[in-house]
Amino acid sequence: MGAKMVEFNGWDMPVEYPASIGCGIINEHMAVRTGVGIFDVSHMGDIRLAGPQALAAVQHISMNDAAKLSVGQAQYSALLYSNGTFVDDVIVHRLGEDEYLLVINAGTREKDFSWVRDNTRQFDCAVENLSDDFTQIAIQGPKAVNLLQKLTDADLSAVKFYWVTRGKLCGLADILMGRTGYTAEDGFEIYVPADEATSARIWNEILAAGKDFDVVPCGLGARNTLRLEGKLPLYGHEISDTINVWEAGLDRFCKMEKADFVGRGALEIAKASGLQRTLVGLEMTERGIARDGYKVLDLNDREIGYVTSGSPAPFLKKNIALAYVPPEFAAVGTAVKVEIRGQGAGAVVVPTPFYKRPKKTT
Amino acid sequence: MAYPMDRKYTKEHEWIQVNGSTATVGITDYAQQSLGDIVFVETPKVGAELTSGKTFGTVESVKAVSDLYAPASGTVTEVNGDLATSPEKVNKDPHGSWMLKLTLKNPGELDGLLSPADYEKFVNEEAGH
Repeated sequence: MGAKMVEFNGWDMPVEYPASIGCGIINEHMAVRTGVGIFDVSHMGDIRLAGPQALAAVQHISMNDAAKLSVGQAQYSALLYSNGTFVDDVIVHRLGEDEYLLVINAGTREKDFSWVRDNTRQFDCAVENLSDDFTQIAIQGPKAVNLLQKLTDADLSAVKFYWVTRGKLCGLADILMGRTGYTAEDGFEIYVPADEATSARIWNEILAAGKDFDVVPCGLGARNTLRLEGKLPLYGHEISDTINVWEAGLDRFCKMEKADFVGRGALEIAKASGLQRTLVGLEMTERGIARDGYKVLDLNDREIGYVTSGSPAPFLKKNIALAYVPPEFAAVGTAVKVEIRGQGAGAVVVPTPFYKRPKKTT
Repeated sequence: MAYPMDRKYTKEHEWIQVNGSTATVGITDYAQQSLGDIVFVETPKVGAELTSGKTFGTVESVKAVSDLYAPASGTVTEVNGDLATSPEKVNKDPHGSWMLKLTLKNPGELDGLLSPADYEKFVNEEAGH
């Protein structure tokens, strides 16, 4: 489609599609916020756990409480190392009585799969790497449901956010479709067979059906600006193997009250000793764009932290960033600086998420 | 696209248009296409000294920061204030949106720059056509 391509963790991915077809990062971002955009996210990984002890296995490796999931329900969670830092973040889907699907990041596929297999050996449960079997396509935005409904016989209006369904899609039977996403908008992620012919056909049928809704194909550039506005973490930035759950502010997805899981012990100790640093949202108050890795300074130009992700925010029309700073700088309204090419530019701590989608009135 | 005949070009994708001893500088259509949506332009202050081939500012797209390189040496006499509020003008009209004007220190430097035809050839090779 003439996209600008980039190498991303071993994958050839589109950053943005051409301006000549109405794309580019800003247009793609705005399409997802106001209409509908589609992403080829096949680089994401899929691990299936199935068997009599599948739930116990998931509970052991995932910090959220999978016992709360009904069949067809999903939840955001993370896999942790025994020191309480992140192997990866994940969406756990309960597909059946004893069947769970973990959707994980592209850059961490092999590492995650080895880690999951190694940490579930004691459970009566099969662990399969299905990453290469599926093409994942994300359809995101207020009009995503309308678009996808044209292509499937499943009743999508009955699927609540973070639930899944299966149905016929573009002539294919029993296709998994989850009301999930990484854009802070309504939408679906669908899983179709990965052979090139099928994948291309489905992509093109979605584009064709989407003409009525001005559908826009979207690349990694917009994917990043969309998730940043919604304060959704990106592995290697807000979460990593050197950052723990409390620092990342993901407390509400970590159920310490459930039985032991990998990382729980270390998290308990960390909680007792208190936070050294915490993730905050920043908005630039002076001219300049804060970017990944830039230093955060106090008003006396002392280095206090660093930016994990920073970019212009196309919908909010501000320059925003997420950063790690000591807790004493975390209060909303705290003035700081971001060092941009040797000079400090003013910024302020703001509430997050930066963007929350409006409640549907219908 | 045809590159305007009334100016010269650099391999870093800047253009320079000369009028006596004053020159106007901007970036080319190839540059703005490669960058994508431009959200920020940082230029030097009036009075700053530019040295041919050295960086004089930056242009930022959503995803990246790119250096701007001086096509010639001289003193900055004017800066386009429009670009602080409307950087997207550079995407819409790259050859019409100027970034700065300068008094040339050594007009002979321009002899080493690319003609419109040579620049177009250079760009086509870079783009792999």
